Amino acid sequence: MLKQIEGSQAMAQAIALCRPEVICAYPITPQTHIVEGVGALVKTGDLENCEFINVESEFAALSVAIGASAAGARAYTATASQGLLFMAEAVYNAAGLGLPIVMTLGNRAIGAPINIWNDHSDAMAMRDAGWIQLFAETNQEAVDLHILAFRLAEELSMPVMVCVDGFILTHAVERVDIPDQAQVDAFLPPYDPVQVLDPEHPASIGAMVGPEAFTEVRFLAHYKQQQALRLIPAFSGELAKAFGRASGGVLRTYRTEDAETVVVAMGSVCGTIKDVVDEMRDEGAKIGVVSLVSYRPFPVEELRRILAPAKNVVVVEKSIAVGVGGPLADNIDGALRNLDGRPKLHSAIAGLGGRPITRASLRRLFHTAVENPWQGAHFLDLNEHAVGREIHRVRKIRRSGSTAENILRQLAAANPLPPG
Amino acid sequence: MTQAKTLQPEEARQKLKFYQKGTFTVGNRLVSEEERSVQASEDRSNALTSGHRACQGCGEALGARYAIDAAMRATDSDLIAVNATGCLEVFTTPYPETSWQLPWLHSLFGNAAAVATGVAAAMRVKKKKTRVIAQGGDGGTTDIGFQCLSGMFERNDDVLYICYDNEGYMNTGVQRSSATPPAARTATTPAVGPSPGNVFGTGKFLPKIAVAHNIPYVATATVADLHDLERKVVKAMSIHGARYIQINVPCPLGWGAASCDTIKLARLAVESGLYPIFEAEHGRVTQARKIRKQVPVREYLILQKRFAHLFRDGVDDPRVARLQAICDAHIAEYGLLGEDNEV
Repeated sequence: MLKQIEGSQAMAQAIALCRPEVICAYPITPQTHIVEGVGALVKTGDLENCEFINVESEFAALSVAIGASAAGARAYTATASQGLLFMAEAVYNAAGLGLPIVMTLGNRAIGAPINIWNDHSDAMAMRDAGWIQLFAETNQEAVDLHILAFRLAEELSMPVMVCVDGFILTHAVERVDIPDQAQVDAFLPPYDPVQVLDPEHPASIGAMVGPEAFTEVRFLAHYKQQQALRLIPAFSGELAKAFGRASGGVLRTYRTEDAETVVVAMGSVCGTIKDVVDEMRDEGAKIGVVSLVSYRPFPVEELRRILAPAKNVVVVEKSIAVGVGGPLADNIDGALRNLDGRPKLHSAIAGLGGRPITRASLRRLFHTAVENPWQGAHFLDLNEHAVGREIHRVRKIRRSGSTAENILRQLAAANPLPPG
Repeated sequence: MTQAKTLQPEEARQKLKFYQKGTFTVGNRLVSEEERSVQASEDRSNALTSGHRACQGCGEALGARYAIDAAMRATDSDLIAVNATGCLEVFTTPYPETSWQLPWLHSLFGNAAAVATGVAAAMRVKKKKTRVIAQGGDGGTTDIGFQCLSGMFERNDDVLYICYDNEGYMNTGVQRSSATPPAARTATTPAVGPSPGNVFGTGKFLPKIAVAHNIPYVATATVADLHDLERKVVKAMSIHGARYIQINVPCPLGWGAASCDTIKLARLAVESGLYPIFEAEHGRVTQARKIRKQVPVREYLILQKRFAHLFRDGVDDPRVARLQAICDAHIAEYGLLGEDNEV
């Protein structure tokens, strides 16, 4: 059913259609509207047979989901940013225990300095936790990925994180097609756990494992994630057939067939990049884009196949691994490892803490990558003047204070408020 | 698994009271079949069965076995346990072995109460009557697990949380927790310098905090009185909502005590007034276990190497008197002296 609806509400309705049995809620911007939405559906009775639990922290939220899932219930929670870090120990634990919890991550920057706006630092911080991480490009895809996530999680006994850009998707009101209950029921069978807490068949779950078996356990977790590379396209295909639209897949390509320059990005920014690609195509540039949906597992072979013919690969990502550069660029570099005549790789960090990524800046970036390539990570739209002044100041003054406040002070001085 | 008959709280109550008189105690074997307490039954579930790797004289292993067996009886073995990280988790489940004969889940150190909430929610949504127990040591309860525990209490989730209180982080090598008593030597409060051992004026007594949550049932218990412990567990299982039992479990390793003195130390902790044994319902203390004959706390302290610095050169450190004052305050607060009004 087509609706003009806020992204969070659309996701809440999709999650409810998946018949979750235990939902744990703890507020953190920008995911809050999602759990509020599902909570209201439980309260009105529209979502039956579901326990909605207001917990006291994100650590508890995921811990409650762990208990519920281990006891055989379909469990869901949502978080963002600091919340994901606060539950970090449980994030790893849920994956290690093989519990098919689905969690929405309303992607948001991590402090300090505290910042509520969108980037992908939170998802990157947990990229190695053993969860499948899927990135939505639009709210339609966010809806579809949640339904796919439950199927995938329960098929593999592995938790899935659906990453949606905070505000850009969560708070955007747009047209979304919400499937009906019968369609979702046909796609998503009831949860049938591989191991469950059951007094009739007592088992100990979560025992200690020493060096004699830990490597094998970890290898199998890696192996199991690789299975998702096959299952995600298969389930996406089924979903496309049932819902009449293409969503998901491990990645999607746009105008990459003869492209000499291929841009790789994740999430909502892919929409802006496609517009820029269209403009540049009109001007004769051979450019295309890969929208990466599955960041974990990382589709190495697929990326290798698509990127190998290109001359230049530009990775645009909303995160910075401080001290190294762009984590997505590093992973793409790994995918191209030992490839003969491999394309040049250009890493760009963009949109940190919610900074808008404009078409004009992207055009400049893509031109520069081909004509005047840079080394290392390029920070899109960096205020070099402000950064230069701060570096100089810190060198001169020992007690130089907070970098964040100093930059804000500089900006205020450069753009004074009008008098009165 | 052996099915035992379900017990009501009154049935689990000890039928005869044996007072310890400094001799080897009499036990069930000397009384008639009808008067025997239930733990002696061959039908007990042995939920925590033999073969685990606890130290000799481990108070926690003893307390856990009696507590979980009592809960198994009270629930007709329809029970799931969630365990915090700690000694109890480590010594019972070295992969691929397990000593637990009931469904058991270990997730993390600080989240046992929240995980149990999740299990209880799953049982409710699946319309099952299966009951849920969460258990952990004092570190996993009073320190790192405190937030999750308070949340579980506040929501009145249908979970019995049992804390096996051995007054320190014994699993990691005897470090101080917020349940470590003043003056006690631990690896992080060493017996050196002008004020050796743990400082006075710190720490928390979690049962009181539990009572302040107005939950249906809070109790303290001791491995020195296993029948009282069983009765409290059975009573707790007859109630729905958040419940908390804290059991004093001596740790021979961490306390520097002889393995054979576990029960003796547990008894002295109670009889000195250092560890008040009481029950509370819905925010009010309803019953306190009377001390028959108060013993000076010195008798309790002197058996433990963690307090050895209080008795150097044959002279009592002034801090023994401060510990005695704590005992006296407990006795006054809970009315621990006087006639025993227990059945």
